[in-house]
Amino acid sequence: MSLEVFTFLLAGLIIVSGAIGVVLSRNPVHAALFLIQTLFGVAVEFLVVEAHFLAAIQVIVYAGAIVILFLFVIMLLGVDQAEDMRVEPIMGQRPLAVITGGALLGLLLAIINSADSLTGTRSASRSLDAIDQLGEPLPNVNQLAESVFTEHVFAFEVTGLLLTVAVVGAVVMARRIPGAMQPLPSTALDALMADQSEEGTSESDVDSDESVGEG
Amino acid sequence: MEELSHNYYLVLGAIVFSIGAVGLLVRRNPLIMFMCVELMLNAVNLTFVGLAFGLNDIGGQVAVFFVMVVAAAEVVVGLAIVVAIMRRRESATADDLSALRG
Repeated sequence: MSLEVFTFLLAGLIIVSGAIGVVLSRNPVHAALFLIQTLFGVAVEFLVVEAHFLAAIQVIVYAGAIVILFLFVIMLLGVDQAEDMRVEPIMGQRPLAVITGGALLGLLLAIINSADSLTGTRSASRSLDAIDQLGEPLPNVNQLAESVFTEHVFAFEVTGLLLTVAVVGAVVMARRIPGAMQPLPSTALDALMADQSEEGTSESDVDSDESVGEG
Repeated sequence: MEELSHNYYLVLGAIVFSIGAVGLLVRRNPLIMFMCVELMLNAVNLTFVGLAFGLNDIGGQVAVFFVMVVAAAEVVVGLAIVVAIMRRRESATADDLSALRG
């Protein structure tokens, strides 16, 4: 067994145990920690095939940003109490889910097994062991950058747009909407009525609306 | 001596994807359901990298790059929705979110 295969199997064990931990742990905080374990394992798998940039991004973006975001939301909402796993809301849901997952796994493995050789044309320009002008092997980051900023530059721009839209959408959804979907507090309503009875100009209406939103 | 082949990555990706799918179906906490979606996305990333290795082509790694960006955007929007819902109700299970039922 070569060193690469050994590293692959070790990281694979870490990944699978972490994934099972995410599914089975009752506390969301524990699930997030198991998720970190899985994501680090995936980063190791990226390193095994010398996808260095992706391994770094995996650790920074996933373990460093996404899981921290999960933990923030868990702590912010206080939903870290353990879920009662004994309650089964829908009759026979869990056995059916496990059967479905097993069938899915069997199907995927059958597909992988039947396609014993890779088809498709090998790319000459995008080969992983490309060399530069001096005959040195081109680093992974350079190859990836060359591909992203030449062939896929439009997708890259759209990605920037997507991130902007996601940030704006998150801010819009997470902020408190004045008066929407929640009954007005009686004290704020009274203050609004008193305001309107005192002075009937449109400016004071705007002001009172804001005060309701804050309340 | 056994050589590393892309099939290893495909099998590992299939296993992790199935675990994530089962978790998504079984769990009722929206946050853990999101984590299971992340598991499935990572399984797909493993498959992409394995095929990039097998085909000796950088294109698979570029695809993983874009998948990561989309996953980050998805988590941001999804968690914002969870925060907006949790602010209005106490319970933390997906079964209670039936406001759109006709």
